Amino acid sequence: MGHIIARDVVLDFPVYNSLNRSFKNTVLRATTGGQIASDSGRHVHVRSLDHLNFSFAAGERVGLVGHNGSGKTTLLRALSGVYTPTGGDLTVKGRVTSLLDISLGLDPDATGHENILLRGIMMGMTPREVAAKANEIAEFTDLGDYLSMPLRTYSSGMQMRLAFAVSTCVDADILLMDEWLSVGDADFQERATERLKRLVDRTPILVLASHAPDFVASVCTRLIELSHGRIVADRPIEQQAA
Amino acid sequence: MTAGLMAGTFADTAGTLRSWRVWNLLAVQDIRQRYRRSMLGPFWFTLSALVSIGALALVYTHIFKIPIERYLPFISTGFILWGFLSSLIVESCGVFTSSEGIIKQINLPFGVHVMRMAWRNLIVLAHNSVALVVILALMGVNPGWNGLLVVPGLILALVTALSLGYLLGTLSARFRDIPPIVGSLMQVLFYVTPVIWTPDLLKERPILLAGNPLYHYLEILRAPLLGQTAPPSSWMAACGMTAALLLIASLFFARFRTRIAFWL
Repeated sequence: MGHIIARDVVLDFPVYNSLNRSFKNTVLRATTGGQIASDSGRHVHVRSLDHLNFSFAAGERVGLVGHNGSGKTTLLRALSGVYTPTGGDLTVKGRVTSLLDISLGLDPDATGHENILLRGIMMGMTPREVAAKANEIAEFTDLGDYLSMPLRTYSSGMQMRLAFAVSTCVDADILLMDEWLSVGDADFQERATERLKRLVDRTPILVLASHAPDFVASVCTRLIELSHGRIVADRPIEQQAA
Repeated sequence: MTAGLMAGTFADTAGTLRSWRVWNLLAVQDIRQRYRRSMLGPFWFTLSALVSIGALALVYTHIFKIPIERYLPFISTGFILWGFLSSLIVESCGVFTSSEGIIKQINLPFGVHVMRMAWRNLIVLAHNSVALVVILALMGVNPGWNGLLVVPGLILALVTALSLGYLLGTLSARFRDIPPIVGSLMQVLFYVTPVIWTPDLLKERPILLAGNPLYHYLEILRAPLLGQTAPPSSWMAACGMTAALLLIASLFFARFRTRIAFWL
């Protein structure tokens, strides 16, 4: 069982450009009074997460909403361990699976079967675990003999089907998603939604960043709204009667 | 704070060893991608090394007036080993920047990207050593028991390469001028290191050899393969440099590990 506890989490992004850029800033700062934060006057910083406090327990389905650049994806990446907070304390317990980029690790020149193995290993599975699930994955993609062909011969929709099928076969304690995944044609989308729902149902914690409030309301139990890296709203969502 | 940084570094190293499947797969994939759909596949490494060695041997055996049966084993071992050492160093710079996509998406130990680079070069060396074995056998060079000394030499070279991967990889992520600097430095080093020319041609100025770090690594790898023993000074220099680099790289990586993702 997983849990996530954030205490005063701050994440500052350094912005590096050419020397020229920071020199220009130095000059400008003298005339404009300084809008952009900087450390010891050398580097420009963007504060992506600003003193966040929250804790997610097993069973919670958290929906992150907010405008572009409000910090949703950065928060997901901090939760996945990619970015270490520059301040505060972030504890993430449990196996994390992030569905931020489901086609990561796919090789266009390898066959579908090979790519199932590639993607599976990138997601931390052993070859044996992949082999055990390979049939189920192959069946779900519905790609048939195409699985023996190189991935580059697939249409983009078919590639996404494969990526989706492998990425959603793992078991985790914490699932991170940037927008609800939706792939393939109408018929496949229906099956994909069902599969994703099953994955979400068996995962203790879901953190979903989304721009669709209605959808968040239908899937999540808790809503966190971010604005400029700060939490501006954190409230439970009443489960709608189905 | 310091304890936390060290603990994180140990966790990264342990995770790297546990994720051997990932770096093995990525390294094999790197090589496959380079030679996908070609008939010879990775044996193109072997063939192109053979062609270069043949051409160099043909010309320089006359320039240096060294009989071909002595010069060919020398140039073939030197050329292949130099290729190994220099691509370890040059590719060290890109270990993190070239894996930006992976680093920003999933939380893998950073060592995975360093091991991927070292493992990939070791696989290339294995293919090239086929050419080497053929040439040495044709020239009647039998390294004998001295040949076994190539194993500790390889270990020293690989530990150095891993240290450089952590060090240069991290530095290059932050300062994008490092890779071209290292690239041009390696080109200069090729001319001042006895790869094509033999070390005894520089008898009068031994400091030019002793002061060249790559000379020592090359020597402890090449001498055993030719059935000779490398000078003890080269072994000591290589051991000393390996230990120093390992220490510097560990401290440096411990300090900056959590910053790498931000620099990409």
